[in-house]
Amino acid sequence: MPTIMVDGQEIEVDEGGFFVHPDQWTEEMAPELARTAGVGELNEEHRRVIKFMREEYFAKGTGPTVRALGLSSGVPVKRLYELFPKGPAKLAARIAGIPKPRGCI
Amino acid sequence: MPDPIEKVSIVISKGSLDGVYPGLIMANGARAEGIDVNLFFTFFGLDAIHKARHEHIKLATVGNPGLHLATWLGGVPGVSTVMTRYMNHKMEALDIPSIPEFVEMIADTGAGLYACKASVDMFGLTEGDFIEQLKDIITVGEFYEMAAGGQIIFT
Repeated sequence: MPTIMVDGQEIEVDEGGFFVHPDQWTEEMAPELARTAGVGELNEEHRRVIKFMREEYFAKGTGPTVRALGLSSGVPVKRLYELFPKGPAKLAARIAGIPKPRGCI
Repeated sequence: MPDPIEKVSIVISKGSLDGVYPGLIMANGARAEGIDVNLFFTFFGLDAIHKARHEHIKLATVGNPGLHLATWLGGVPGVSTVMTRYMNHKMEALDIPSIPEFVEMIADTGAGLYACKASVDMFGLTEGDFIEQLKDIITVGEFYEMAAGGQIIFT
């Protein structure tokens, strides 16, 4: 498995750049992960989505899809795509240090 | 590694439940991956964006061997309605949105929704017959221009 350096730590990731061990993630890593994911500066809304991704992952074993995010994170789908233009669930999962969400809808 | 797909243009040409969902799922899934999407509704596929019809799209129970129903049974009045209700219940349990909700969500993801001009003219429809998310009524030539540089998926 490839590794990346984030916030001075060596992190194991999969081919898509998603954390293999979500426990290794810290909040301080988020800005750097966001930059490499092409998201740029994180604002309050980004952080809310990232926090929600982690909560869902630890509660359900997988991160939410975009539809699930839109229904339950409090951020509507349209806004999610403004925050994460290249795929909200995918990019937020990468920044949140969890595996890529699996789900078709 | 091969180059990732950057753009897809998906044609929805059928007006049955089983004809509409696959294209919508592919469109939504592409946007989730950050892929640019244009959706082109043509022929009976127009029903999916027709204000008065998109809530009443039915499963095809005739000429659909995949259902494993006797052909004569599929044609009995009411069977299509019952089977459609059954499918909708199954999908609801899996949290799959209804067609109107799904189309609206896909528009919210930033996908462009277009209607085929030839079909719109043929069915005697106007822009007012369609949901507000429709971006434009375009010709097949304009569709190809829009699809340039990406993949085309016909459903």
